[in-house]
Amino acid sequence: MRHYAHRTALLYGALFVCALYFLSPLYVMLVASFKTLAEVRGSSIISLPEVWTIQPWIKAWSEACSGLECNGIRPYFIATFEIAIPAVAFSVLLGALNGYVMAKWRSRSADLIFTLLLVGSFVPLQLYLIPLAITLRELNIYGTTAGLILIHTVYGIPLTTMLFRNFYVALPDELVRAAIMDGAGFFKIFFSVILPLSPAIAIVAVILVFSGIYNDFLFALTFGETGKRPIMAAVQNIVASSYGIKEYNVNIAAVMISALPTLLLFLVAGRFFVRGLTQGALKG
Amino acid sequence: MRMSANRIKAWLVLIPCIVVVFYFIWGFAAYTAYLSVTKSTFLPDHEFIGTANYRVLFDHHRWWVAYSNMFIFGGLYLAGCLALGIGLAILLDRLTGSETLFRTIYLYPMSLSLIVTGLAWQWILNPTIGIQKLVRDAGYPDFKFNWVSSPDHAILTVAFAAIWHGTGLIMILFLSGIKSVDPEIWKASRIDRIPAWRVYFNIILPQLRATLLTAVMLLGFQVVRSFDVVVALTDGGPGYASDVPARYVFEYFFERGRIGQGSAAAVVMVVTMIAIVLPYLYFEVRRKEA
Repeated sequence: MRHYAHRTALLYGALFVCALYFLSPLYVMLVASFKTLAEVRGSSIISLPEVWTIQPWIKAWSEACSGLECNGIRPYFIATFEIAIPAVAFSVLLGALNGYVMAKWRSRSADLIFTLLLVGSFVPLQLYLIPLAITLRELNIYGTTAGLILIHTVYGIPLTTMLFRNFYVALPDELVRAAIMDGAGFFKIFFSVILPLSPAIAIVAVILVFSGIYNDFLFALTFGETGKRPIMAAVQNIVASSYGIKEYNVNIAAVMISALPTLLLFLVAGRFFVRGLTQGALKG
Repeated sequence: MRMSANRIKAWLVLIPCIVVVFYFIWGFAAYTAYLSVTKSTFLPDHEFIGTANYRVLFDHHRWWVAYSNMFIFGGLYLAGCLALGIGLAILLDRLTGSETLFRTIYLYPMSLSLIVTGLAWQWILNPTIGIQKLVRDAGYPDFKFNWVSSPDHAILTVAFAAIWHGTGLIMILFLSGIKSVDPEIWKASRIDRIPAWRVYFNIILPQLRATLLTAVMLLGFQVVRSFDVVVALTDGGPGYASDVPARYVFEYFFERGRIGQGSAAAVVMVVTMIAIVLPYLYFEVRRKEA
């Protein structure tokens, strides 16, 4: 019996030590973002603050400078949502329609398109950058919100199509056959039979695609509009470009704020994250 | 043969998807491959110059640093995520109480961006404000820990931060794998008095080859596309000691105006990926069939 208790203590000990490793960056950022600059410079960022101050958060939100603009990260935050919301809506809707066709109106060519889409989703994004730049120029939307909405819609489609297709394949074909017997057409079946069965997978798709767009850096950096760059490119720029005295506490608060939306989403809807990622992982 | 109205509608619905596949994915990839044999500098140029870009690339010391960093980083990242992820999955499986709290703690980094990950670790590892400063202030003024700014160690810190971000997913994959194994095994092993760790390593884990394949593929693709975490943590520095191919390509495209050479580097990235993935997939599929 004592042997058993010993083991349990060891198990919890190991889990606890690992938990410290995973929590340490969050702890450091929280602590450092509530310190005064004098304290950050006087001691390490790791120790607890002697005086707690919310000033760095306020400054990061509305005054921190990215290049010559000093409006904090608020405008970038808003810009990111302006891009993410339409892009999520488009790519999830298109993914649902694609998935419906590929699962319930199967044909050899539709299967081929699905395979090409899946294999293509593994191509490193760097290969798309130059042709994308040319295409956006031709369409006159280079460096605009519309351009980034297009990009994220396009490259969200492989993931959403895969999620919806795999979900719809598991629905019985009789549903569609019965609806056809009743005289329902292609769209009627989608909107009144298939779509009402889809909320579970739609939530997974929305969460995954939103986090992907919110956390995107490469496209944001390459195609973002100066002054309205998406959040990750903006935050990186703020941290890298502060001249003179580095205001570590403000920079850290800016990063902390930028991390909050997906972090909160994970804490509230973590099981959907996990479902999406493990399902996404199992496809290949 | 006449197509039914429904079939026609199905094809019409697929049009955006077809455009994405043939234009935005495969068309773009092919176009970049084409640019790699042209004289393109700041703008695409259609003058054919054969393998000249590749020769310049292969003579470039900086490219080889970036290219070998991908393997150093990749090896550490795979080993770290797999060892820690599988270890944590086993520990959580042993847990009799609730695992929710621990699982959440190990998983949350996954929801953060690699920019946030890189920046957070860059501050912790920063000698003037991070760990080095903490230990020095605690009464060890000679303590030295400056890996993030040391040419020999910078790429290791990148791997360290990326492991922090990637372990959770591997843990969750293996945890669900372990839990799906037939519970009869545990009854049988108790009767035979086989210690738990041997059940995991000799019986359960060997059954999870498919999970391992998935995990290796996922991590491998992360390695090739790694860009954000490097930019945020070291920005390829000091000098170009911790550069990686994805960052090299970006810089040659947009900062140095050498689109042809950057495209050649991007093509080498893809070819390397295929050269590693195909034999592994082939081997695993053959195994399954055998």
